[in-house]
Amino acid sequence: MDLEAYKGVFTFAEQVDGNLTPVSLELLGIASDLAESLREQVTAVLLGKQVQDLAPGLIAAGADRVIVVDDPELEIYRTEPYTQAICAVIEAYKPEIFLVGATAIGRDLGPRVAGRVHTGLTADCTKLEICELEDGSKQFQMTRPAFGGNLMATILCPDFRPQMATVRPGVMVRKVADPDRKGEIVNFDAKLEKNNCYVDVLEVVKSAHNKVDIQDAKVLVSGGRGVGDPKNFAMLQELADVLGGEVSASRAVVDAGWQGKERQVGQTGKTVRPNLYIAVGISGAIQHLAGMEESDYIIAINKDPDAPIFKVADVGVVGDLNKIVPALTEAIKAEQAKK
Amino acid sequence: MKIVVCIKQVPDTNEVRLDPVKGTLIREGVPSIMNPDDKSALEAALRLKDEYGAEVTCISMGPPQADAVLREAFAMGADRGILVSDRAFGGADTWATSSTLAGAIRKLDYDLIITGRQAIDGDTAQVGPEISEHLGIPCVSYAEEIKLVDDAVEVKRQYEDSYHIVRAKLPCLITALSELNQPRYMTPGGIFAAYREKEVDIWGRADIDVEDENIGLGGSPTRVAKSFPKSLKEAGVTIQKDVDESVQFIVDKLKEQYIL
Repeated sequence: MDLEAYKGVFTFAEQVDGNLTPVSLELLGIASDLAESLREQVTAVLLGKQVQDLAPGLIAAGADRVIVVDDPELEIYRTEPYTQAICAVIEAYKPEIFLVGATAIGRDLGPRVAGRVHTGLTADCTKLEICELEDGSKQFQMTRPAFGGNLMATILCPDFRPQMATVRPGVMVRKVADPDRKGEIVNFDAKLEKNNCYVDVLEVVKSAHNKVDIQDAKVLVSGGRGVGDPKNFAMLQELADVLGGEVSASRAVVDAGWQGKERQVGQTGKTVRPNLYIAVGISGAIQHLAGMEESDYIIAINKDPDAPIFKVADVGVVGDLNKIVPALTEAIKAEQAKK
Repeated sequence: MKIVVCIKQVPDTNEVRLDPVKGTLIREGVPSIMNPDDKSALEAALRLKDEYGAEVTCISMGPPQADAVLREAFAMGADRGILVSDRAFGGADTWATSSTLAGAIRKLDYDLIITGRQAIDGDTAQVGPEISEHLGIPCVSYAEEIKLVDDAVEVKRQYEDSYHIVRAKLPCLITALSELNQPRYMTPGGIFAAYREKEVDIWGRADIDVEDENIGLGGSPTRVAKSFPKSLKEAGVTIQKDVDESVQFIVDKLKEQYIL
């Protein structure tokens, strides 16, 4: 393989129903940093049916070029036509790096593409960087949690291209959109071919529950098993309301059915980095910490002084959450009333 | 109907603790278990067997002691167990692992392959879809429900805020979520039979259909450069006082941070 023939940092611009998913913009943030270190360009690859309107938003978020594959077969996500389209783009443009969001789509598409083009894929990365080696060459380093979040591993893909990674949503930081940024939009015909791997989507059902995105919240009040009773979440909601935030939860709470899966923080839930994270009755298993320790400011309230959550908290309060949480809500209201 | 289920033996990562002084993993005494998503995959296969009749073959790649998860699968109701085990397969990343497993599955008759979504030690969710790619069959990931309809499966496929009902022609591969079902327990008779009456087939390098350049460490496009314990940030201040003082303390800190 002629490694030198592969240039540029490419990202998969994931859209659902004509809306870009947040991680697509986050990928352009990190891709811009990587491209700057490599002195190369950022290309976003956008697939769908009549999705050209999304291209300017990708340029504003950091893409120098948007490759649009517009095809009716790409309207709803299906593994095979999406894989064919991405592989055709890789074949034609030879990217050095290809980043995909680690979403329910990306974690299906990524391995299928890597399998087809025969290259390495590093899953669920939380850090990507270009390191300059002693001989002056530049190495792409992909770091991810391993062993259930207990360890971090840095992975390389030295001899195959593109170097592929899926990236955890909520970890990378998007750039402030610049509507004046200039970029090129290219329409690309991927020459899709129907085969035995095509499946039929018989039905698309949106979840009935209220759509909340805890990854967008600036403040999260997060409850764990220590909250004791599903009814007590009303108390957490009140605290979240005065702070303009949302309620999230630990895995134990979601497994018990007290809160929906969409509110789960942690290794098997979502990664969040709000300005303020208040952990209430959460002991702080490593799997939970993996999803929230990048929060700007962490407050923990727990009755057990030895709870691991206190190790990552900026402020820890040992005590009875049933008394502290309502009192804190009132105190914050009082402070806000002073202004 | 012939169903192949891929199973991995994993350390129970929920039981792993960090050495508080050295910050390294304490691996001793950590039990090995059948990966939870894979157990749901096996349960899904056994339910299809209960309903429609099927032969369920479980296949695992790993060291000789991974025999234990295949015995557990027997005790739950699997018909056949194959352990793909050879030094030549060691050090494989997801690409080499999936091409090795695909090489083993090529030697079998199959209508349906079910794998777990991901293993709790690696959490990549890549091996299932990569196996389907190597075999050239459709893949439906993140299955919450599986129904057999004529010569196809209809799968409830989970997304972040929706689901699709996907119809895929057999043969195909499905990756199972633990939400799919509650796996059954082993039966006493099944445990007895698993150790006294059934044999796990051991397949080495010569028994599988795959090229040398696609197995083991040498066949792995990725390399682990280093692994290291997660650095926890500097501990903050923890207090244990009465309710009023505790609340005042938090409010003061929120003001310091300009959150209030």
